Amino acid sequence: MNEIILEAKAISKSFHDPITVQVLKEISFSMHKGDFVSVIGKSGCGKSTLLYILSTMDTDYEGDLLIDNVPMRNKKEAELAKVRNEKIGFVFQFHYLLNEFSVLRNVMLPGLKLGIHSEKEVEERAYQKLKILGIENEAFKKPNQLSGGQKQRVAIARALINNPLIIMGDEPTGNLDKKNSEIVFNIFQELAEVYNQSLLIVTHDNEFAAQTHRIIEMEDGKIIKM
Amino acid sequence: MKYKLILSISKSLLLARWKQTLVAAIGVTFSITMFITLLSFMSGLNDMLDNLIINRTPHVRLYNEIQPSKIQPIDNYSQYKNYHNFVSSIKPKNERLEIYNNAAIIKALKKDIRVLGIAPKITAQVIYNVGAIDITGVINGIDVEAENKLFFFKDYVTTGNYIDLKNTPNSIILGKGAADKMLANIGDVIQVTTTKGDRMQLKVVGYFQSGLQDLDKVQSYASITTAQKLMGESNSFITDIQIKLKDMRSAPVIAIEYQKLFEVEAIDIQTANSQFETGSSVRTIISYAVGVTLLIVAGFGIYNILNMMIYEKMDSIAILKATGFSGKDVNRIFITIALSIGIFGGSMGLIFGFGLSNVIDQIPFNTAALPTIKTFPINYNPKFYMIGSIFSLVTTYFAGYFPSRKASKIDPVIIIRGK
Repeated sequence: MNEIILEAKAISKSFHDPITVQVLKEISFSMHKGDFVSVIGKSGCGKSTLLYILSTMDTDYEGDLLIDNVPMRNKKEAELAKVRNEKIGFVFQFHYLLNEFSVLRNVMLPGLKLGIHSEKEVEERAYQKLKILGIENEAFKKPNQLSGGQKQRVAIARALINNPLIIMGDEPTGNLDKKNSEIVFNIFQELAEVYNQSLLIVTHDNEFAAQTHRIIEMEDGKIIKM
Repeated sequence: MKYKLILSISKSLLLARWKQTLVAAIGVTFSITMFITLLSFMSGLNDMLDNLIINRTPHVRLYNEIQPSKIQPIDNYSQYKNYHNFVSSIKPKNERLEIYNNAAIIKALKKDIRVLGIAPKITAQVIYNVGAIDITGVINGIDVEAENKLFFFKDYVTTGNYIDLKNTPNSIILGKGAADKMLANIGDVIQVTTTKGDRMQLKVVGYFQSGLQDLDKVQSYASITTAQKLMGESNSFITDIQIKLKDMRSAPVIAIEYQKLFEVEAIDIQTANSQFETGSSVRTIISYAVGVTLLIVAGFGIYNILNMMIYEKMDSIAILKATGFSGKDVNRIFITIALSIGIFGGSMGLIFGFGLSNVIDQIPFNTAALPTIKTFPINYNPKFYMIGSIFSLVTTYFAGYFPSRKASKIDPVIIIRGK
């Protein structure tokens, strides 16, 4: 069995405005290296909320979160930013590319922020990632010149640039048509199979979820099936 | 490496809205330009007006004044020592205006290292006789060379050569106003009568224009020997000793010291012309206030533009944070944007300010009152440029500080979930 890379221990979260509503109730689960996990559930069941807690962006929760066996609680904002930079790659429903930069530069940004490799190396690696995703020809275009599917692939490349421990996706195919969804799914699958990349994808596309290694189903803030 | 990345992101964000950025930078440029120009011009004017007085006023002046004796005989009478004595109708005592033993005083002064130079002077009340009409006036007997060295006498002699006063016996340089009244041309001989009733013929060798018209109507200059002759006094007769110090600020202290030491009256420049210093400082304060106001207005412009940029770039900020940029990094990015607007706008402002000052410096400014001034006065003090650049950086920093803090506190979850 592979080592555990992400572990949630009794994570609860409540929204207090306007009235206190508990959206997550003692969620506990763990992920191993190389797992391709999908989280499904109806709208409002708390799956996205869970993902944002797991991604360290949301810090207002109870319970414990361990990434790479390091507890995330009580870490400072800057330290969490570093964790996100090093260990987590994010793909959102919307691509969130910066139109001021070229595609290549967009992919490079988290790598440059990491600051381990020289700019030249980062550029080379970013180009490799784009190649894996089959969009190396668009490297020097601006994101707004790309199609929706291409943009999402650039976003995936950006998530991959620092060779993260885990890639998290929040409805990464939610905005895409059937064909592009398939392309994106195939990419995820390839990453999981060929590169042994761990993935945690929130989706409400059951067809998508069915093809992953493991499905976590949520309802009313609780995991009902793992 | 890390700062290079922040710089490159700032640059891209700046260039993405380059028109707005330019407007913000122009705001800073304009205010710095006006700040520099205003201060240079104002301070040039101040210096000019101050010099009008300071150049021609001795830092310390030693003289004798006709005044009542401070100690009355009754004060010396032992029986009434402890009484308060009232003496009515005191009259000034008969005292000569001459400074006694002035040769020794001058010798002592010349040895004093704090003294830059000394110019002896005689002030004589006269009446200019023009046909049947008499005009009152004052003739200053001066040591022409010393006077020129210390008080720039040459600058104020508008017609004729100042040195002729020394070289031509019995010559006079008339105040312009007095000369106009008397219709006296260069080379004419005018007649003056002293208060004692002696008459003397003097040859006009030049006109003198001080900038103060009332003064020019009465004052004229003659060499010290001519003045002594006019007064019928010996060649040791001097009524004033004008002293210029190395450090003007020490004048009040030195004046008191000399008063005791030489037993004469002594007045310092600060006491004699206190109103000028007040005027200068008030003008300076006003120009600083206007300049700072301009900068603050420009600062609000930057604040607005950054705020708008942050609203527009909310998504970008969120994604930067999601991919591992900390709040501090985001803060730095926007501070960098603000500071680059400040640096760019500020340095342009310094250049334009210098240019505009230069243009003003070329504008002719001829006034009868100021014979030495040909163009508007400008003070190119590097201090103003220093203050201008520091101010531009400080205001833009603060204009960027609040929007940056706001940007750094943006919660990426809210933005990303909001879509």
